[in-house]
Amino acid sequence: MPEVPGAEPRIVLETRDVGKQYKLDGVEVNALRGVSIAIHSGEMVSIMGPSGSGKSTLMHIVGLLDRPTTGQVILEGDDISNLSPNQLAELRNKYIGFVFQSFNLLARTSAQANVELPLVYAGVSGTDRARRATDALERVGLGNRMGHFSSQLSGGQQQRVAIARALVNNPSIVLADEPTGNLDSRSGIEVMAMLQDLNAQGITVVLVTHDDRIARHAERVIRVFDGRVQAEEIVQNRVLAAQELAALPAEEVAG
Amino acid sequence: MNFAESFRIALRALNANKARSILTMLGVVIGVAAVILLVGIGTGVQDEITGQVEGLGSNLLFIVPGQYGGGMGGDQAPPSRRFTLEDSDLLARRVPGVDAVVPVLQAGSTVKRGNRSVRVVVAAANEQGGEVFSGTLAGGRGYRKSEVQAAARVVAIGSTVRDTLFPGQDPVGKTVTLEGQRFMVVGYYESMGGGLAGDQDSQVYIPVTTAQRVFNLNYINTIVVKANDPARIEVVKADLRRVLTPRYGEEFTVFTQEQTLGLLSDLLGTLTYMLAGIAGISLLVGGIGIMNIMLVSVSERTREIGIRKAVGARTYDILSQFVIEAVGLSVLGGIIGISIGWGGAALMAKFTPVPTNVTPWAVATAFFFAAGVGVFFGVYPAWKASQLDPIVALRYE
Ligand SMILES: Nc1ncnc2c1ncn2[C@@H]1O[C@H](COP(=O)(O)OP(=O)(O)OP(=O)(O)O)[C@@H](O)[C@H]1O
Ligand SMILES: [Mg+2]
Repeated sequence: MPEVPGAEPRIVLETRDVGKQYKLDGVEVNALRGVSIAIHSGEMVSIMGPSGSGKSTLMHIVGLLDRPTTGQVILEGDDISNLSPNQLAELRNKYIGFVFQSFNLLARTSAQANVELPLVYAGVSGTDRARRATDALERVGLGNRMGHFSSQLSGGQQQRVAIARALVNNPSIVLADEPTGNLDSRSGIEVMAMLQDLNAQGITVVLVTHDDRIARHAERVIRVFDGRVQAEEIVQNRVLAAQELAALPAEEVAG
Repeated sequence: MNFAESFRIALRALNANKARSILTMLGVVIGVAAVILLVGIGTGVQDEITGQVEGLGSNLLFIVPGQYGGGMGGDQAPPSRRFTLEDSDLLARRVPGVDAVVPVLQAGSTVKRGNRSVRVVVAAANEQGGEVFSGTLAGGRGYRKSEVQAAARVVAIGSTVRDTLFPGQDPVGKTVTLEGQRFMVVGYYESMGGGLAGDQDSQVYIPVTTAQRVFNLNYINTIVVKANDPARIEVVKADLRRVLTPRYGEEFTVFTQEQTLGLLSDLLGTLTYMLAGIAGISLLVGGIGIMNIMLVSVSERTREIGIRKAVGARTYDILSQFVIEAVGLSVLGGIIGISIGWGGAALMAKFTPVPTNVTPWAVATAFFFAAGVGVFFGVYPAWKASQLDPIVALRYE
């Protein structure tokens, strides 16, 4: 952790008493009921809870994809409650990288072009874009798959392309919602190793999962239940994906 | 994101769905081709007819009995009194500054030779007729003044008449039968092509005096006057009126070439606009096709829109992407349509008697109209796409 020991690390993102209600056929669903959390620069945090507890809802709000019904979201010290959709889009582009359970890559589009996408909307010029996308893909070990379409890649590879896309614009924070949910165990461990590796390089990672074992890859776990924060704890025996990978029976390593 | 980027994204999307893009474009292609072709025909016909009228010379005046207003027919009274040869003689003597005064009588008839016959229009005039009728002698001569005075039965024939009655022969000096009378052929004309102003190749030319005799008429239809200076045409017109008014009052009308042309181009212009309108409707239908496909495309690509928004696409990034897609389709369709319409018009002019003229004005209008159709029908689907909520779009299956 690249921090001065003893100093309180900077808060990148914070929610204050965030509530989210959905109205379905006149029935109100309280997905979140007053959630206050803080994400510090450089840390790796898990948001954990059972299905339907509001994890994804929280992640969407934290990721500025959705707005809370009540409460505030503060990104890099600024309240984003009153911003327009276009301003939110610009903040997402600049500060936030997403990794989704279902990858969410553009179909019929090369890995390279997928990774370039945030840079396109950031207005980065063509050559610069290509260079940065190549760097990001190399960082996730896909330097040799840049021209492949998403459909020509394995699930694990697709998720790594998604991670490269999340990284490419140097965000303050990477949000990953069940990033291993659609992967076999080996690919899942590889993706977790990658996220831990990135975190070790100083990138802030928020991991959303219902799986206790996956959650323990982080340094800190925020337990969510029924739209509330139930507990926050420091992980004692942090799972290190790199060690798990080494312990797996030898197999040709994908990628 | 800049325009070039939106353009690239749009092109890639069109390319990814080639068959659909082509089919969508087809509506615009057909619409634009129809506009270009029909307007080309309209303009071509207009040019040819006005060209033929102009070819007669800009110093001609036409005098007809009866009163004609400025309107396009319908309001003219039937001529109460017709002109006679005396009138044309009087004009020739009393009006200065004219090269020719030509009395014209026209009638339909049949010309026979042996067992062959052909329907013709008999155009009868005096020896100055050649000054006001277009047409070039291919052989022989026109009738002479002495033959007009003597009401001689001589005839000069158009090329269709010649080809029908004298296939592969020289008709000069031979005889034909017209209204039961024997006429000697003195000359024949070159083919003028199947002009739309009337088939001049099916005409025969005889002296007006002879025509009055064989048709048993004492009047003439029209008097055509050729002024020797086009600049003085209004003066000549006033002189003609001065001479004829004591005899006919207001019951005659003098048309100048310019007036005739004006009437003609009004009529033909209206026709061209009507053709353009009809073709324009098909272009509109093409536009609705674009809108339809764009709407399908937007809902099909909801997830893509969600992904783009999640990584930072703003409203206008999405909007411009889809508008450019629609405009790209319509502009490309427009270009192809123009090529097809233009090519079709050229082929038509070459292989059919229908004249065509594709003007830059028509091409530019069709092109910008097509692009406009793309913008107009593309904006709504694009706007719908740009307004999608990122979460809803991402969840879309
Ligand atoms: N768009 C929506 N409209 C109505 N209700 C919704 C909507 N999205 C989420 N909810 C409700 O909010 C609650 C929390 O949903 P959320 O997706 O955040 O759960 P989750 O913790 O991510 O669950 P999972 O682990 O299954 O992904 C659920 O009860 C869900 O039904
Ligand atoms: Mg979820």
